[in-house]
Amino acid sequence: MDDSLLVDLSRLQFALTTLYHFLFVPLTLGLGPIVAIFATLAYRTRRPEWEQLARMFGGILLINFAMGVVTGLVQEFQFGMNWSGFAEFVGGVFGAPLVMEGLLAFFLESTFLGLWVFGRDRLPRALHLACLWLFVIGTWLSALFILVANTWMQDPAGFQLDASGNAQLSDLVAMAVRPFVLAAWIHALLAGLITAAIVVFGIAAMHLARRRHLETMRRAWRTALVVGITAGVLQGGVGDWLGVIVTDRQPMKLAAAEANWEDTGPCAGFSVFAIPSMSERRNLVDIEIPCVLSLLATNSLDGSLPGMNPLQAQAEQAYGPGDYTPNVWIQYWAWRGMMGLGLLGVGWMVIAAWRTRRGRLPEGRWFWRVSTWIIPLPFIGSLLGWIVTENGRQPWVVYGLLKTEDAVSNLSIGLVATSLLVYLVMYTSFAVVEFRLIRRVALTGPAPLESDEPEPKQPMALV
Amino acid sequence: MELHMLWFVVIAVLWAGFFFLEGFDFGVGILAITLTRDEDERSQALAAIGPVWDADEVWLIVAAAAIFAAFPAWYAGLFAAAYLPLLLVVVCLVVRAVSIEYRLKRSSGHWQRRWDVGIALASATLPLLFGVLWAGLLQGLPIDASGRLSDLTGLEIISPYSILGGLAVLAFSLAHGAGFLALKTLDPIRGRAAAWAGRLQALAILTMAAFVLWTGLQFSRGDDWVFVAGAGCVAAMVLALVATARQRHGIAFGLNAVAILGYVAVIFIALAPNAIPSSLDASADLTLAAAAAAQYPLTVMTIVLVIAFPVVLLYQGWSFWVFRKRIALPTRS
Repeated sequence: MDDSLLVDLSRLQFALTTLYHFLFVPLTLGLGPIVAIFATLAYRTRRPEWEQLARMFGGILLINFAMGVVTGLVQEFQFGMNWSGFAEFVGGVFGAPLVMEGLLAFFLESTFLGLWVFGRDRLPRALHLACLWLFVIGTWLSALFILVANTWMQDPAGFQLDASGNAQLSDLVAMAVRPFVLAAWIHALLAGLITAAIVVFGIAAMHLARRRHLETMRRAWRTALVVGITAGVLQGGVGDWLGVIVTDRQPMKLAAAEANWEDTGPCAGFSVFAIPSMSERRNLVDIEIPCVLSLLATNSLDGSLPGMNPLQAQAEQAYGPGDYTPNVWIQYWAWRGMMGLGLLGVGWMVIAAWRTRRGRLPEGRWFWRVSTWIIPLPFIGSLLGWIVTENGRQPWVVYGLLKTEDAVSNLSIGLVATSLLVYLVMYTSFAVVEFRLIRRVALTGPAPLESDEPEPKQPMALV
Repeated sequence: MELHMLWFVVIAVLWAGFFFLEGFDFGVGILAITLTRDEDERSQALAAIGPVWDADEVWLIVAAAAIFAAFPAWYAGLFAAAYLPLLLVVVCLVVRAVSIEYRLKRSSGHWQRRWDVGIALASATLPLLFGVLWAGLLQGLPIDASGRLSDLTGLEIISPYSILGGLAVLAFSLAHGAGFLALKTLDPIRGRAAAWAGRLQALAILTMAAFVLWTGLQFSRGDDWVFVAGAGCVAAMVLALVATARQRHGIAFGLNAVAILGYVAVIFIALAPNAIPSSLDASADLTLAAAAAAQYPLTVMTIVLVIAFPVVLLYQGWSFWVFRKRIALPTRS
């Protein structure tokens, strides 16, 4: 049996299904709070526009959440099915946050989303609103537990190896309460907020361009701008913080992302365009802006960064012969793609905020078109971010402890090929349906409220 | 009791909770297409599970995660060995979830019918598969003396015995779903569901009794508690049938909880002290003690469980209370 083909197919399957899962996750993480803001404003002002927005985007949230849950369940099952070496090695560490996620987050999310969606006529208004916020807390907790588990794979801490060589948790605080986890969590939440803000922004633009639903869509537009730009600015700081941590804890990951083959010395340049060659272990082309990388990665102008060749030599000394360099081409361009798309999306929102200041609605068609067309950018950006995170720890599945090739289940190639095909067909067809459904909700716009709704208080009656 | 044995019991309770809660979701999913005459009636039937099915499914997620965390080697061995059945499980879970969410997103009859068929097929396949999987685990997997499981497709677990196990869980889910519909809906669904609940319960009793008897005779390893649990399971189902015949569907619903706890107890008592029995050589059995995680992670999870689980039961119970009203036929606007 060809082992490397088995590893490659299993990795391809896990990568595709995880990336697919992560199309839904950031939107849920970000749209939850935005819908909760709409609902809270509806509760406080009793204005029908906020209520309409809460229901319209709540509809998108519901479709999206259901997809996130089931695609997440697929990942849980795959840990055992396709990565039994991994499951056995990490279960004593990784399992605890997974159980906590279920007990503390999943029950909360699913129960209270059901209560919010179906309980409108059965619950008092304040309690109904509280259900939505509890759902949001559940989704954010869920992200925290997953990132505790994932960060442990990037930088294992708070564990011991038992007699059979498997990892066992020995210090929950050391594993879960540390800057790496906090930075990764906030980074993911902000990415979610930016993603959802751009979705709301892009949908609002479709309607504002046609001067439809002006009362609701102006509000959606403004909310999206406030959330998106705030989250974007904060993301600049948090991304830098996370970068400094990664430089310290996973130097090879950053060296590959920067295509630095040799140690940089002080005043390292930030590469803007490189063509790395994996076989020659050097860059064929590399254009750099001097000193910027030192500033970004170490927060000082004369910080020096290790290169991949010295790191490879160190790793061989520590772990024996082998290739300890991740695919540089993927790492370098995925990282630039993530940052570039994030900057582009948030940058366009800043421009849009200026163009629509004090309630202006630009005439030009292109302004609105581009505002809608940027919707895919944050999704692609998020996926590229995960590619940087997970590709950058190769050849390890648990950094320094377990290699990907030792984690895979001992399955026949035919089985893995079958499941890969099944996932591909199933996920592609549902992605098409999902996209069409969300598009329909988006194009239809806010629905008028039913007449049995409590009428907004009429100030006229008081006169 | 050692901590890992506590988690063995916790895992049993989580699976029983899953079979009890999702059992009626599965049953309703099938009956929504077989018991109804038009789209409106289907919507009425499915509305009974609308607000709760997603939280019910979390019991499965947590039950699987608990095996992963408390018995990593059990999770790794079982999930890789049952590859094809579990792939089908995953496909059905995705299809069912997507179908439930999507069916109401457009109001055309053709669109809804397509998703309703998806719900029914997935809802029938899932309890069947889970029943087959647990029975198949009792039969054992081919672990050799070196402790390795290899060259399996997962289809090895299929046998007359494991299929009987699947049918028992499927019949239970159907009867349980019919009883739930009788409890939760108004006519016309209520009357039809009440009529079918009795017949399906009788069918469920027959298959379940045959399954627990077979399990006791072949897999009890001389542990008479398997028979005690099995007798309790069947007795609760018979009482539930009596309650159903007297139109006391609430009582029947509660008795079904006892019954499914009995079913899971049969499986888990017959399984212990093993996590995965070897079908080749009894000395190669993977024991619970060998598969268990260390004391520290088990302690951490126990603390979280003791604090969080009662709260979960409270708010999930409350959500059932909020949606206690019987569901009427939707009015055409």
